[in-house]
Amino acid sequence: MINIIGKRYWFFLISAIVIIPGIVSMIVFGLKPSNDFQSGTAMTLTFNPIVEESALRQSMTDAGYQDATIQHASTGDYFISIREISPAERVALENSLQTSLKSTLTVDNYATTSAAVASQTVRYAIIAVIVAALGIMLYISFAFRKMPRPTRWGFCAIIALLHDLLVVIGIFSILGWALGVKIDALFITGMLTVAGYSVHDTIVVFDRIRENTIKGTIKDFEQVVNFSINETFVRSLNTSLTVTFVLFALFLLGGSTIHYFILVLLIGVITGTYSSICNASALLVVWENHEWRRFISWIPGVPKNKKTEAA
Amino acid sequence: MRRRENILFVFVLALLVIALCIVLPVNNGLIFHKDFQLGLDLKGGSYLLYEADLSKKDPSLTDAQVMAAVQTKIERRVNSTGTTEPIIQLQGNNRILVQLPGIKNISDAIDAIGAVGLLEFKEEQLDSSGNVMNDANGQPIWIPATALGSDGVTQEALTGKYLKPNVALQLDSLGKPEVAFEWNAEGAKLFGEITTVLYNNGVNSKPLGIFLDNQLISAPTVQAVITDKGVINNMTLVEAKKLILELNSGSLDVPLKVIQQTDVDATLGADSLRKSLTAGLIGIACVAFFMIVYYRIPGLVATVALGIYAAILLAIFKIIPITLTLPGIAGFVISTGMAVDANVLIFERMKEELKRGLTIKMAVQEGFHRAWPSIRDSNFSTLITCIILYWFGGTFGAFMVKGFAVTLALGVLISLFSAITVTRTFLTQMVNNGMMTNLTLYGGKHD
Repeated sequence: MINIIGKRYWFFLISAIVIIPGIVSMIVFGLKPSNDFQSGTAMTLTFNPIVEESALRQSMTDAGYQDATIQHASTGDYFISIREISPAERVALENSLQTSLKSTLTVDNYATTSAAVASQTVRYAIIAVIVAALGIMLYISFAFRKMPRPTRWGFCAIIALLHDLLVVIGIFSILGWALGVKIDALFITGMLTVAGYSVHDTIVVFDRIRENTIKGTIKDFEQVVNFSINETFVRSLNTSLTVTFVLFALFLLGGSTIHYFILVLLIGVITGTYSSICNASALLVVWENHEWRRFISWIPGVPKNKKTEAA
Repeated sequence: MRRRENILFVFVLALLVIALCIVLPVNNGLIFHKDFQLGLDLKGGSYLLYEADLSKKDPSLTDAQVMAAVQTKIERRVNSTGTTEPIIQLQGNNRILVQLPGIKNISDAIDAIGAVGLLEFKEEQLDSSGNVMNDANGQPIWIPATALGSDGVTQEALTGKYLKPNVALQLDSLGKPEVAFEWNAEGAKLFGEITTVLYNNGVNSKPLGIFLDNQLISAPTVQAVITDKGVINNMTLVEAKKLILELNSGSLDVPLKVIQQTDVDATLGADSLRKSLTAGLIGIACVAFFMIVYYRIPGLVATVALGIYAAILLAIFKIIPITLTLPGIAGFVISTGMAVDANVLIFERMKEELKRGLTIKMAVQEGFHRAWPSIRDSNFSTLITCIILYWFGGTFGAFMVKGFAVTLALGVLISLFSAITVTRTFLTQMVNNGMMTNLTLYGGKHD
């Protein structure tokens, strides 16, 4: 049997190593909002014959869009972000580009959002995330109502969930300044799905802990948890592996529209499996043993909890 | 017990046959002649969110009445552009969502749909001595042409609302496009009175200004008293077609503005569909391979169960119908993962029971019995997030978010069904019929 619970602080440390760079990046750079959350226009243009980026930039400036962000998508394709424009301005822009670049242009994707819609979407996204977290916590507390202190289970599951979301957000914040990856409504969708999946995974482990606690063959809670993790270990890995296969295939071969959406899910499934094994259940033990003092012992000067040291 | 198991087995097989008849693309499904409904991101098209300026409405009408009228008129306009399966929905209290699938050149359509389309007839403002008054730029000032209405009391302005809805395109003698219209009874009366004044028996006749949405289209000098009909010229063919569309559907009661627009090129959509389907199939093939190698006979059964699960789910997508979007396909694929998970949970439990020395038959029963609570509890949390996502997607018309939530939720529900019904029935049938007695094939001596 692998002693996972015994190494719980190593796992907490690994989580911290993964999460902290992301949090720093969040504080320093934040996230790059797409025009689901910010007013503006985004379009993907294909030119035939292919035009140079410098020429396109010049033409955009000539057309009055000095602030346009222009990115190379693939050969001859460009992503362009500009302020919110009206349908008439769009026609004018397309015509002016075609004339000045002497190239036929196809608009593959076009999206424009006004400030009112964008701010509303941000508000609803925040509400959705909060309601989802609360709903899941209530549900777990309900599902584990026969256990002593059911809210504790819900709380630990939510912390594991927040862990997973922080990993995803952190990575996307880094991707944001490194590769210009933006977050859109699908990102929020991915996050909520990760939340659902993370809890899904945690519940399976918790369920086994509940069963083994009720059985009562092992008295020590820490050992019950470790035993339960070992029992569900193969299942957790197998499930994640199968989902990861499918997501990886979609990530590599699926359409570009959902590329980063799939990446959110992929990261979320991996960290969700990790957190349900190494964090959520470990937190139950931490709580049961009241290891709070040791929890903050990373801060210099806080004495370590002697009881758990001995155990 | 046996009897019940046999009935279930037949039931599952029947379900599979029905599902296949619906899904298999023979004449769009043998018993359900309808294709999958694809979202804009897969077939291409335009998604438009219009906001109405309700401050400009007629104060005697409620917001809801105005919006309902605007919706009807927009429906008429969209239908006459020849778009197939458009979606026009009211959103909130002042927004209208329009989805136009498959349109390639969208700009003209957007103009035609969202323009107010208010046709007005105006005359030049005259000073007290009968001379035309000019504005600061030296252009004549136009004021609405009015005449006494049939009630004999109010002065009515002549606008497009008195037109019969049979405005048509015709060519003049020089082959230039013009728009021919007919007045209804009230319009004819007003037009007659107004042209009488402007014609002035041919002495110093005045022009009649024709305005569309406050833009002067033409200002022909009145050359006769006209009552029943007329033409508007001096415009291009495209402009004429747009005007006809607007006049026949009636002018909008309030101005509309595009506040959100998303276009996807149809070729890109088709490409995305092909790519994600290939990717999904490859992924699922990997899963099947893994399940069979790792779990052997139960893995094979699970793979068959997954096939049945997929057939049933796709059949449901077709029947309801659920609009398939790219994230929706991802949702479908992820729910496959959830279905696999349910099977894995059961098989791992079975293996444990076999290790404890139970017979295969007992192990199958115990495996299902014990795995069920965690399958149920774990899938419920996904359903909670799906409900919230559906709401979130609905708040701002994100069809992709909604599509994902619906397919994932349906997938989870069907995966529950498939795990406890299909996998179980197949395994018990095999065990009952003594088809498999080798424990190794069930993973009994595995690891």
